[in-house]
Amino acid sequence: MAEVNTGDGGGHGKHDKKRAKKASTKIDMTPMVDLAFLLLTFFVLTSTFSKPKTMEINFPAKPKTQEERIKVNNALTFILTREGAGEKEDGIYYYYGEFYAPNNAAGKPVTTYTRTNFSKDGLHKLLLNKNATTIAEIKKLDEKHEKREIADSTYKRLAIAAQGNIKALTVLIKADDKAVYKNIIDALDELKICNVGKYAIVDMSQPELDILNAIKKK
Amino acid sequence: MAKIKLGKGSPGLDMTPMVDLAFLLVTFFMLTASVRVSEPVVIDSPSSTSERLLPDNVIMVTVDTKGKAYFNISNPEVRVKTLEKMGQQYKVAFTDAEKKRFGGMTSFGVPMASLKKYIAMQDPERAKAGSPGIPLDSLHPELGDWINFGRIEAARQAKAQKEKAESVGRSFKYEPLRFAIKADGQANYISVKDVIKVFTDRDIYRFNLITNLEDGGAAK
Repeated sequence: MAEVNTGDGGGHGKHDKKRAKKASTKIDMTPMVDLAFLLLTFFVLTSTFSKPKTMEINFPAKPKTQEERIKVNNALTFILTREGAGEKEDGIYYYYGEFYAPNNAAGKPVTTYTRTNFSKDGLHKLLLNKNATTIAEIKKLDEKHEKREIADSTYKRLAIAAQGNIKALTVLIKADDKAVYKNIIDALDELKICNVGKYAIVDMSQPELDILNAIKKK
Repeated sequence: MAKIKLGKGSPGLDMTPMVDLAFLLVTFFMLTASVRVSEPVVIDSPSSTSERLLPDNVIMVTVDTKGKAYFNISNPEVRVKTLEKMGQQYKVAFTDAEKKRFGGMTSFGVPMASLKKYIAMQDPERAKAGSPGIPLDSLHPELGDWINFGRIEAARQAKAQKEKAESVGRSFKYEPLRFAIKADGQANYISVKDVIKVFTDRDIYRFNLITNLEDGGAAK
């Protein structure tokens, strides 16, 4: 260690050395700690941890021919809109099965829409009812998976197969020009929760829109 | 009364463990932190229960509450390459400095005609000038062109990287390019639908819709 000889004379030199050893070797760390915590606070506050979450969705490819139409059985159609004064309220209607326009060729009665909402007793309950068989099937798979009777990959495959079953519920989501994006996400989210594997967002036909506009809350 | 006897020892406290910990945390946060870059518009994504994370390699189109479209490519190199291609297409010449600046930008929502001016601006000026959104109608299919060139350039870059990796005998893990749509919860569905139509017209049918995690997951 560097030492400064104050030049007191040779005789005192030994004594001085002893004194230097006695002095505290500790450094005052307070400023360093202050700085460390300052930086820590800064980084804690500015860093963003969460990557955004996403929802994957496939849109139906455009049909190659004009008259290509898929026949769906067990289909539930949701119609999303905004209604009420100033179009501030979320509106959701549904009908089950095929759509029959007024004065249709098949002579069937006109499709009537039923009103529901995004609450637990509305959309959620409806989907649980309509999709009961699939949900029960997946629940069975869940139990097996929990008891480790089936492997992860098998579980995944069987769950997808159950959702894709021909008898499983198919949901079509249609939105009019007034609907907001949040409604679509809410509906998609509910479908995921209720294990609906077959769903699509499709365009609304004019007769469907006419019926909607007639029954919408003004 | 008994007098409280003060210890004769030094009142100092050994701070070493605390300092160790503080520096450890500082190092950790410094290394994990990613710089938050300012976006031209604040988007309040709707919440969902989805826990899937956004992939790293994405082309992202943002739709704000007014239905304006913004474009972003996550990979800076691809973004610069795409800008070059767009410049050729729309007869706008960009200097190297502008390209470099563009590489460091995030999403933008201006048409090609005013992009040069937009790149030159500083953040506060950009906020003041506002963004008119990228045109996507059939007369000005700029958004579609951005997507198209972005996709081509991303594929080209992936191929170049693969060849480079293979030439030195390393394996190359390709992360597929995904298409993300980040829309505000209050955006009209019809404007989101227009953006989706731009994608589907170019035979892109799979999207990642960006959402917040429900309940407490929202950062803003």
